[in-house]
Amino acid sequence: MSTTTLTAPKEQSCTLLAPGHTACTGCGEALAAKLVLGAAGTNIIVTDATGCLEVFTTKFPQSSWEVPFIHSLFENSAAVAAGVEVALKALGRQNEAKVIAQGGDGGTADIGLQALSGMLERGHDILYVCYDNEAYMNTGVQRSGLTPFDCMTTTSPCGELSWGNKHNKKDMPSIAAAHGIPYVATASVAFPKDIENKVKKALSITGPKYMQIHSPCPLGWRSKPQLTIQVAKLAVQTGLYPIFEIENGKVTKVRKVTTPKTPVEEYLKIQGRFAHLFKSPKGKEEIQKIQEIADRNIEKYGLA
Amino acid sequence: MRLDLGAIAKAGSSKANQTGSWRNYKPIFHQVKCIGCGLCKIYCPEGCVTMIEKKKYTVDYTYCKGCGICAEECSSSDIEMIVEEK
Ligand SMILES: Cc1ncc(C[n+]2csc(CCOP(=O)(O)OP(=O)(O)O)c2C)c(N)n1
Ligand code: SF4
Ligand code: SF4
Ligand code: SF4
Ligand SMILES: [Mg+2]
Repeated sequence: MSTTTLTAPKEQSCTLLAPGHTACTGCGEALAAKLVLGAAGTNIIVTDATGCLEVFTTKFPQSSWEVPFIHSLFENSAAVAAGVEVALKALGRQNEAKVIAQGGDGGTADIGLQALSGMLERGHDILYVCYDNEAYMNTGVQRSGLTPFDCMTTTSPCGELSWGNKHNKKDMPSIAAAHGIPYVATASVAFPKDIENKVKKALSITGPKYMQIHSPCPLGWRSKPQLTIQVAKLAVQTGLYPIFEIENGKVTKVRKVTTPKTPVEEYLKIQGRFAHLFKSPKGKEEIQKIQEIADRNIEKYGLA
Repeated sequence: MRLDLGAIAKAGSSKANQTGSWRNYKPIFHQVKCIGCGLCKIYCPEGCVTMIEKKKYTVDYTYCKGCGICAEECSSSDIEMIVEEK
């Protein structure tokens, strides 16, 4: 049996997501993946679902990954990771590498949900990371289960009869937590140290872990590339993207919102995907509904 | 192009793509007011900012796409975006 070494080059100073990837300028997902790898270090094996991250890092025959990386299909990142984890155990090499499964919000909360649920249910020792850019970006900005309310996408267009996406963002972290897993966390590219801490903590825990990172997409959100961090920060500060940890079913830590409260307009108005809400007086009522979503998050997680 | 079984690619080989050619704006690291916070390096989605010494950071223009995040987030406004001249 071959005993190829599983680890990548030891050069800690270089980023483990090599440059030359083809993400759009200012891509939050590229930043998020860079931060996750930086925190996880070289002794990992990663899988990824089809999506922007997979496409922009693997323009064949090139790869940006400096760690072992496997892509198979859109729907099976969690299943592939489960196979890797079981194979490592069968070879008695589970102490050599941690397994990280990755996917976009569509690959995670919609099409890959069954594979993810199986992975969580069977208790695999894997960290699953969902890069949440709130739509199917790689195929041209279609609405996913994690697209927020009233957001304009190509499949939830706005117009005289529509304010955009009619549905609320799916509560994916709670769905993951409902599997009785030891660790669930949300994070944001605006807070890199928090991502680092959470990845390290998750990897120190045995069993299935779920992490969801808010990752602005300048193309799909119609936001300025240089504002990626500010957009992400405002999502957290308004309460629209609650940042928390759930350990063994209990919320153990949250990031507080600003006092006084930052109105959701501050977040919405710098993104073209919400521009329609500011074009007519009736849009005010819709913005009020979005404010209520933020207020409910603040209440639910004790963010004030 | 020949596809090997499993389409295996060499680690880090994307470095062959000189994405700096995409740039419309170019960050200039003045290295004058820098306080060494490291945010430019941490937030760069390309991973192309490096530290030369404690309060001196620089950018690899081979890969910098000119997104402007580093300039926007710099703690001491020591990075300036200028129009790229090609
Ligand atoms: C079974 C299957 N259906 C559809 C596709 C087409 N497809 C490829 S990537 C993608 C969107 C991915 O969206 P998401 O998971 O949110 O990742 P993002 O690109 O936004 O990072 C789709 C629909 C596919 N590859 N396979
Ligand atoms: S479409 Fe969005 S997520 Fe995809 S590479 Fe571009 S900015 Fe990143
Ligand atoms: S402009 Fe963007 S890509 Fe270039 S160094 Fe700054 S953050 Fe990195
Ligand atoms: S962000 Fe600005 S102050 Fe901070 S290290 Fe970079 S150049 Fe220096
Ligand atoms: Mg997506």
